Amino acid sequence: MTFLSYLINGISLGSVYAIIALGYTMVYGIAKMLNFAHGDVIMVGGYIAFCATSYLGLPSIAAVLLSMAVCTVLGVTIEGLAYRPLRSAPSLAVLITAIGVSYFLQNAALLIWGSAPKSFPSLVGLEPLRLFDGQLVITSEAVVTVIACIVIMVALTLFTGETKMGKAMRAVSEDKGAAQLMGINVNHTISITFAIGSALAAIAGVLLCSAYPVLLPTTGSMPGIKAFTAAVFGGIGSIPGAMIGGILLGIIEIFGKAYISTQLSDAIVFSVLIIVLLVKPTGLLGKAVNEKV
Amino acid sequence: MMKTKLLSILLALSMVAALAGCGGASSSAPASSSASASSSTSASSQEAASSESGDAAPESSSATAIKIGFIGPLTGGAAIYGNAAKNGAQIAIDEINALDSGIQFEFNPQDDEHDAEKSVNAYNILKDWGMQILCGTVTTNPCIAVGAESYADRIFTLTPSASSTAVIEGKDNVFQMCFTDPNQGVASAQYIAEQQLGSKIAVIYNNADAYSTGIYEKFASEAANQGLEIVSTTTFTDDTATDFSVQLTDAKNAGADLLFLPIYYTPASLILTQAQSMGYSPKVFGVDGMDGILTLENFDTTLAEGVMLLTPFAADATDERTVSFVQKYTEQFNETPNQFAADAYDCIYAIYEACQKAGITPDQSAADICEKMIAAFTAEDFTFNGLTGEGMTWSTTGEVSKAPKGMVIQNGAYTGM
Repeated sequence: MTFLSYLINGISLGSVYAIIALGYTMVYGIAKMLNFAHGDVIMVGGYIAFCATSYLGLPSIAAVLLSMAVCTVLGVTIEGLAYRPLRSAPSLAVLITAIGVSYFLQNAALLIWGSAPKSFPSLVGLEPLRLFDGQLVITSEAVVTVIACIVIMVALTLFTGETKMGKAMRAVSEDKGAAQLMGINVNHTISITFAIGSALAAIAGVLLCSAYPVLLPTTGSMPGIKAFTAAVFGGIGSIPGAMIGGILLGIIEIFGKAYISTQLSDAIVFSVLIIVLLVKPTGLLGKAVNEKV
Repeated sequence: MMKTKLLSILLALSMVAALAGCGGASSSAPASSSASASSSTSASSQEAASSESGDAAPESSSATAIKIGFIGPLTGGAAIYGNAAKNGAQIAIDEINALDSGIQFEFNPQDDEHDAEKSVNAYNILKDWGMQILCGTVTTNPCIAVGAESYADRIFTLTPSASSTAVIEGKDNVFQMCFTDPNQGVASAQYIAEQQLGSKIAVIYNNADAYSTGIYEKFASEAANQGLEIVSTTTFTDDTATDFSVQLTDAKNAGADLLFLPIYYTPASLILTQAQSMGYSPKVFGVDGMDGILTLENFDTTLAEGVMLLTPFAADATDERTVSFVQKYTEQFNETPNQFAADAYDCIYAIYEACQKAGITPDQSAADICEKMIAAFTAEDFTFNGLTGEGMTWSTTGEVSKAPKGMVIQNGAYTGM
């Protein structure tokens, strides 16, 4: 029974990582850049939802939608101001810019919302499921997170695979220059990618803070790094890979804590990552791309 | 020809600029470059300060007031402690300056974001400002770093709340207003045993934090002496402080009826929330880091109902000094003061009394003040009555001796146990 409850906690933690990782992998897969500010967009999403419910008194759904709208605008703005001018710059410059944006967002949040932690009211707020005479408790946040994660994964796979916009995204991902020659607006396509990624970040922020209800300007950074790890673990650029990587990472973290040592949980998580990358350098579901010379 | 002339003019200009730079920096540079003797320059050379108009310090007060620096986390995750301490100290400074006692203080608070490196930067800023006494730092890890600097520079240091023994170890100039961690750990174990609060105890502590680990170690050894059984010990770090389900499940399965949390209130609030959603409701016993949980914005205070903690200060005490302090604090800052505010308030008053006793004047060098203050604090006849305890005395190691009070949270407020 304890094992089962650890497993459920692991899946619930892992699906938060998975939703964040989906945003990372989406942007990486199409724009071929690591958006390190993704974790901080999550934090902004959390704060917007917090303000919407606590100060404006909006219902949960409206708060989530507002938070998604704000994050979408924020993501597109960041892309337009910080990343677009560097489109032809070396990838290292873009990476450093992303780290800069991350610090900018954290400090802006510090100025706007202050440094004191805020307790986030759960936006799910349903009764937990109690099974086997209350020996096994599954929180409603965990259920909603897992469902949201699966829905988002399926929707993204369909979107990139079936729609015209999705096709354009894959074309940009494969070869920007050729895509432009075929009449695809590369900048527009990348903006849309950022819009989707940031809207996902808002959902992730709300779910993260609902499950672990403390909101700080640095709330997004550690889950962001873990989710990035999850995306690499699953094969960065692959949408199902991000989800599997995220959930596995959550389960390994919880099991590592439970059965090996609470002190070494992060060491265990990252050792597994190293081993996987040694055996399969592209990650679990990553595709090896042959460079044509 | 033209070129060489231009070049020589440029060179001459740059030399002038360099010299001017030297002049501007000279009042502060000696203080930062050498250890003991020269930290006097910036403060004691008042003639220089008042004649050189460009100097930053307001000269009218610098001539007559003792410069007290303050370092604490005014932003970042531990900001609630830093701001409370700063506000408490500010009230004491204002009160003392309003008295006509011949001693005036000038106060300069700096932010360190609970980061050791930034704390040392803040310390250097204060030293350039001409700090003569340091009240700080508020949190432990930064205080260990800053204490090493102030020991080398001979600047008297009194921390309101950095409670690790590493803060004072081997530094005769660093004193504490709060209990040391071992003291808190031992006192908690004794208190739990005396009051028979629980027999099977689970501990969750932050093993990346000197404060939390220090308390835990002493608690564990004292618990054994007191016949308390620790049935579950689990840890977390700042990076894994989100999910506590494993730690709580472990405690629950071990049948623990009391949860001892020697940690800060931010992770503690998560632990309380997650324990409730698991349907696990042990008694919870915290230490001074738990203080502040009631001020966490939007926190459901019913979750903290019945949480016990050892703290030297209770805002609802009825003695005259506490009542007046709480009233002033609430008026100025719109919140109830916690023990960090009271500790810092006491720090300034202890410095004030020691200054009177030792005959400190603003024209003395920081190093001279340091020696006199050390002598005053460790003198056998020096006892201090403050908000956080009566008859406090200090040992030569810098450790304070005072009695802790047990508090319990009832109806969203602290009540004496």
